[in-house]
Amino acid sequence: MELQLADSQLIRYYIKGDERALETLINRHNQRLSSFIYSKVNDREITEDIFQDTFIKVIRTLKKGRYSEEGKFLPWVMRIAHNLIIDHFRKNSRMPLFEGTSSFNIFSVISDEKLNAEKQLIKNQIDKDLVLLIDELPKDQKDVLVMRIYKDMSFKEISENTGVSINTALGRMRYALINLRKIIEENNIVLTN
Amino acid sequence: MENFYVKNKSKCKIVKAKPETIEFLLNYSKSLKITEAEGIKFESNLN
Repeated sequence: MELQLADSQLIRYYIKGDERALETLINRHNQRLSSFIYSKVNDREITEDIFQDTFIKVIRTLKKGRYSEEGKFLPWVMRIAHNLIIDHFRKNSRMPLFEGTSSFNIFSVISDEKLNAEKQLIKNQIDKDLVLLIDELPKDQKDVLVMRIYKDMSFKEISENTGVSINTALGRMRYALINLRKIIEENNIVLTN
Repeated sequence: MENFYVKNKSKCKIVKAKPETIEFLLNYSKSLKITEAEGIKFESNLN
C-alpha cells in the first residue's frame, strides 16, 4: 500500500530542496484547483494562465520561507487563485478583450437579432407545427394560450375578455402548456432551432 | 415557445492543467534561487 504524505510534510521537503515534493503537490491538487478556476472564468486558456500564476506565487512564497502553516495548504492556494481571478476580471472590465476561439465565436455575441435563412426556415416550420399542436388543446386552454402568446395580452385582459378570474386564466395557461408538452412527448415530436 | 422544451445541461466540468504547464512550473521552481543579503531577499532565475 502506497503511503500518502500530508501536504504539510511535502511542503517541508520542498522547502528543504526536494523538487519532487512540489510535483506531488501540484498533481494532487491539479484537478480541484483547475476546476475551481474554470468554474469562475469559463475559459480553458485563462484557467491555464491563472493556474500557472497561482503556483508561481506559491513557489515564490515557499522558497522565500514566507509560508506559515497556519491554515491548510489547499485553502491557501485557493485563496491565491481566487484573488488572481478577481484581478483578471478587474483588468478585463477596464479593457475588455474579445477574441474568437474554436469554441467561441465573437459574432455569436455581436450579430444582429435576425435569424439566418436556415434558422428562419426552421422557425417557420416550428411555428406551423405549433399551431397544429395548439389546435389539439381544449378550447378554453387554447383561447388563453393564443391570447397570451400570439396576442400578447396580459392575464388581466384575458380574464376580462373571457369572463373568468385571473387565477382561472393562469390555471388554464398552465394546463395548456402541460398538455402541449404531453402531446409533444407522446408523439415524439422534436421542436428545436 | 420552442425554448420551453430545452433542458438545462450541467455546467460542471472537470478540468486539469496541461502537462506542459506543470512542466513549466517544475522548471521554474528548479531555476528560481533566493539569496539573502543584509536581510533583503533577492530572486534570481537561472534559466
